[in-house]
Amino acid sequence: MYHMTSMTDPHQGQFRLSMLLYDSRYRSMTIQIIALIGFLILVFWLISNTAQNLADLGKQPSFGFMSEPAGYDINQRLLDYNSQDTHLRASLMGLLNTLLVAALGCIAATIIGVVMGVLRLSPNWIVSRLAAVYVEMFRNVPVLLWIVFTMAILIETLPAPSAFRKGEAAMKLWDTVAVTNRGVYIPEPLFSNSLGNIHLFGQSSLRFDVSLDLLAIAFVFFGGLFISRIIKRRADATQEATGDRPTTWYWRLGVVVIPTAVVLTLLGLHWGYPELKGFNFKGGTHMRNSLIALWLALSLYTGAFIAEIVRAGIMAVSKGQSEAAGALGLRSNRIMSLVILPQALRVIIPPLISNYLNLTKNSSLAIAVGYMDITGTLGGITMNQTGRELETVLLLMAVYLVISLTISGVMNWYNESVKLKER
Amino acid sequence: MKKSAFLGALTVASIAASAAVAQDASTVDQIKERGKLNCGVTTGLVGFAAPDANGQWNGFDVGVCRAVAAAVLGDANAVEFVPTTGKTRFTALASGEIDMLARNTTWTFSRDVDLKFEFVGVNYYDGQGFMVAKDLGATSAKELDGATVCIQTGTTTELNLADFFRANDMSYEPVPIETNAEAQQQYLAGACDVYTTDASGLAATRATFEDPSAHVLLPEIISKEPLGPLVRHGDNNWGDVVRWTLNALVSAEELGVTSANIGELSASAGDNPEINRLLGTEGSLGEMLGLDAGWAKRAIMAGGNYGELFAKNIGEDTPIALARGLNAQWTDGGLLYSPPFR
Amino acid sequence: MSDMSYVRSEMLPERAPPASSVGVVGWMRQNLFSGIVNSILTIVSLILIYMVLAAILPWVFSPTWNGTSQNDCREIVGNGHHAACWGVINDRWQQLLFGFYPNGSEGGADQRWRPIVAFALLFVAVTPVLFNMISRRMNWVLLLAVLGLTGLYLGGAVGMIVGLVLLGAAGFVGFKALSTDKEARAAEIEAGAKRLPNPLIFSAIYPFIAPWLLWGGTIWLPIAAALGFVIGYFAFVFASRALGSLIGIIVAVVAAIIWWMVLTSVFANAVDSILPIGLEAVESRKFGGFMLSITIGVVAIACSLPIGIVLALGRQSDLMIVKALCVGFIEFIRGVPLITLLFVASTLLNIFMPPGTNFDIILRVLIMVTLFASAYMAEVIRGGLAALPRGQYEAADALGLDYWKAQRLIIMPQALKISIPGIVSTFIGVFKDTTLVSIIGLLDPLGLSNAIRADQAWNGLVWELYGFIALLFFVFCFSMSRYSMYLERRLHTGHR
Repeated sequence: MYHMTSMTDPHQGQFRLSMLLYDSRYRSMTIQIIALIGFLILVFWLISNTAQNLADLGKQPSFGFMSEPAGYDINQRLLDYNSQDTHLRASLMGLLNTLLVAALGCIAATIIGVVMGVLRLSPNWIVSRLAAVYVEMFRNVPVLLWIVFTMAILIETLPAPSAFRKGEAAMKLWDTVAVTNRGVYIPEPLFSNSLGNIHLFGQSSLRFDVSLDLLAIAFVFFGGLFISRIIKRRADATQEATGDRPTTWYWRLGVVVIPTAVVLTLLGLHWGYPELKGFNFKGGTHMRNSLIALWLALSLYTGAFIAEIVRAGIMAVSKGQSEAAGALGLRSNRIMSLVILPQALRVIIPPLISNYLNLTKNSSLAIAVGYMDITGTLGGITMNQTGRELETVLLLMAVYLVISLTISGVMNWYNESVKLKER
Repeated sequence: MKKSAFLGALTVASIAASAAVAQDASTVDQIKERGKLNCGVTTGLVGFAAPDANGQWNGFDVGVCRAVAAAVLGDANAVEFVPTTGKTRFTALASGEIDMLARNTTWTFSRDVDLKFEFVGVNYYDGQGFMVAKDLGATSAKELDGATVCIQTGTTTELNLADFFRANDMSYEPVPIETNAEAQQQYLAGACDVYTTDASGLAATRATFEDPSAHVLLPEIISKEPLGPLVRHGDNNWGDVVRWTLNALVSAEELGVTSANIGELSASAGDNPEINRLLGTEGSLGEMLGLDAGWAKRAIMAGGNYGELFAKNIGEDTPIALARGLNAQWTDGGLLYSPPFR
Repeated sequence: MSDMSYVRSEMLPERAPPASSVGVVGWMRQNLFSGIVNSILTIVSLILIYMVLAAILPWVFSPTWNGTSQNDCREIVGNGHHAACWGVINDRWQQLLFGFYPNGSEGGADQRWRPIVAFALLFVAVTPVLFNMISRRMNWVLLLAVLGLTGLYLGGAVGMIVGLVLLGAAGFVGFKALSTDKEARAAEIEAGAKRLPNPLIFSAIYPFIAPWLLWGGTIWLPIAAALGFVIGYFAFVFASRALGSLIGIIVAVVAAIIWWMVLTSVFANAVDSILPIGLEAVESRKFGGFMLSITIGVVAIACSLPIGIVLALGRQSDLMIVKALCVGFIEFIRGVPLITLLFVASTLLNIFMPPGTNFDIILRVLIMVTLFASAYMAEVIRGGLAALPRGQYEAADALGLDYWKAQRLIIMPQALKISIPGIVSTFIGVFKDTTLVSIIGLLDPLGLSNAIRADQAWNGLVWELYGFIALLFFVFCFSMSRYSMYLERRLHTGHR
């Protein structure tokens, strides 16, 4: 034992400079310090160049412009905004628009992807071929081209509002929905006994209103869901104890639906229908063409990738699994939901995350169809009008970085939670 | 693979390194040394700048670039056209990637002062107008309350538009669009009621419609848009060269010097001393600019005088059919007024 | 009793299957109408297909190939009909492919053979890497053929003779290879493999030839750049002999960098003034159309490969700071959209460089796209490294190889091979993403389509141009993705 330690005992005594390179104890430290110094030199070099160049151009880097009036209007906005608001608020509108299209896109892409992925495995020859054509068509043509294409199709094939005026086009679904080449107008919920809004952050650039109506509805609805879950748990307990499952579905439905309906009636829910007035349809919720085109194109494009992932995921589950499930007497839909999908999901989710990220990043191409996302506001008009390229681009990158890291963080956390628990 | 790719990376890097040029010399010297003028233009705007099937650029703004190249280098074709977007044009100029920008850019206070550029003059007096379909029945921009308006982004137009509608207490729905071609497509399909941009652009766009008579330009011009070439701050001599080349084109028209008669007029000094000074048969204006005596002659011969350039690219005989209007000589009631060559 | 047999001793003759389960009918029953749901799906699909085709085909088939302008097309088709105006493609397809590359219209010769040859040689160069079933001999035949055709095209007495000789050689070797029968060929291939130089030599030279072909200028510049590697190699050999391998590497890198930074252009200019050999220089501004997309894609992928390898190794290493730097870089690049990096290229990169530096927008875009691709490449290669069985690392350790030797001889060759499908899909992705450069004003196919529509004659045409561009992209990407899938299948069987 003693002998062993003496073997591995480091050579005590004087430290020579060459040990930094040849002694494996120090070498990694040396390399790292060199790398760090190199990196710092690079950063310093870039910063000093930038400072020098900006000084030559007479520009002082500052973010002061963000609190100056933007001067331009934004059509698609989730909060109130006018052209006298600051660049910061304009960027916030853009950020919300980015998040909106990304969220809508991820949902739609998942649905399209799953459906197409399953259809590609369909025994029906023509259906599986069509799904394959869809996948190949969308995967192999640049997404920018698809965005522009989709926009062009929407513009050229749908009727203009003037066609409604002339009676050449009519509203759909019993005159409640207007599909035009400026966008789709759908009925909007209105409350005659509205509780009003809470104004947050006063008059600052970050101000926003929280609708008390929505808060009330959400509270009642989710409260109902919670009670419904308690009832389910009770039923589960009864089933475990007695083997009989009490019929509770009407209770569970009732505790969600009835209170929600009561609240809605109390608030005086009615619908605001779109109506052709002047140049445009008025009333209702207006989903603009640019949003629809971007949303459609992004979800179709990403859907093609997801379809392949889903197909690969399902095929990765070995045939024995479904046969074993069949031998246990499960029906085919139960086999899918209980045996195949849970296993396929583990294969599907990691690449799915990166596709969600891609979709979010690709939403920056909104500029091509005039959807005012953060690239269109902060990285577009604001950059143009203020001439602050350095500040706007850095901010823009930071915003996207935060979004990306958040998405991948959340999805990785989810992935951990569904991962195979090895015991 | 790995090794070969690495080699490639370094080859490119070395080419990149050798492409880096120091920027100490004056702009004129740099251009002469390079043998080419780098001129920023649009990525394509009917009548003002567009490449043909052979990659040759044509148009009204392009004509200015060629005139400057002819004046400095003696060759109207010694121009490298750098297509720029609304977003990239100013950085391209500020960073020295282009020597001048001739891309229907509006001369504004903040661009001149804050962005540190020098507008050398105005080659087209424009203003923001509105185009609507005739069957919409609108006769004034004041009737456009609630309309959907197509605008090109990255320009002053969106600011003007916001101001106009706010001043008249009207609402509108802006549809921001990147390029003129897409705006045209949306407008024709009825996705917007109104298309607004510089009046010249509207006329040019309307000219290419299947049925131009079905669309009208509304009488309101809601902004002043003096469009002109610009250069960086800091090299006044170069600014002078571009400014006086433009003035030479304007003066030439005023004095009746055209590409047809310039050979004759420049052969020897004639009766009109200003023509003589302009064409270098008298005085030493060229030397003062740091060029030779024939600089203005070459500039005018490159594409003709201002009037010829106008007529050839956007004038009434072209499909774009723009009237001279404000862009007529001051002697004809327009705003073109070149300082004297003296 | 014993001769009584209740079991049939001979088989009944096979009967033909019922008519409804064979042939077209059977196939349709099985694949299209096997149930109610399936039948409905089939009918819905057929209706869908019909609707799409009925909408598109009459538009596509329009006799407007020779139309000279949009109005001309309208006249050809007749008023009121909505049909494509293919004249724009007829007029502009060369521009969509080559951009503003000199075509002889400005005086001077038509230079567009250069990108074509560079592209053809690219195939020759990647063949030994990507298609390892092609024999060495065929690879050289391919090279000879490409060079021979180039010689013929360029014409002139020398070009003709060289071209004919090269083509003749290629034809002779090719004929001999094809005319020998199968077993003999296998033997010949084996012998040839020993006799002929490794085609990877050409792959290694190609990165120097291609930029020279595309950008032109003196041939001494790429040669000087290549010399840097020779210098680095010798520096390594001598320094490592005297001072050990780590110092050797450092000395080699420093020597090579000094050569490239300081002496390359001096050397190239000096030799060029003595012996000027070169092609007409073409500025990168002249690049456009598909040529630009392919150039950006190929250069970005080629340059990102070594960076990606370094990043992947850094990310896997135990050195904390190195790892943190690599992870930070990779996650940063992957976290932001390419368009913001292109904004950096178009507006900021010049500000980051020392005052006075000014290189043109295409080189700046190349730099940013390379950085972008290298982050993705690093992830692909990390995947390849992770897929290698642990035993490979342990075996390398057991042999007593140090880190770099193990990487160079054992780990990387295998990891890269597994990564090829991933690399190809990264390439497809980058190639598609090159369309984004149109947003910052470069004239790639999409940007050119805008410029073309600014021409009086073609103002307002959308579908023809977009359709043509989409088709070209599709052909390119689809064939590559098929190839990558094929490769994946092959590697699959080989590695599990």
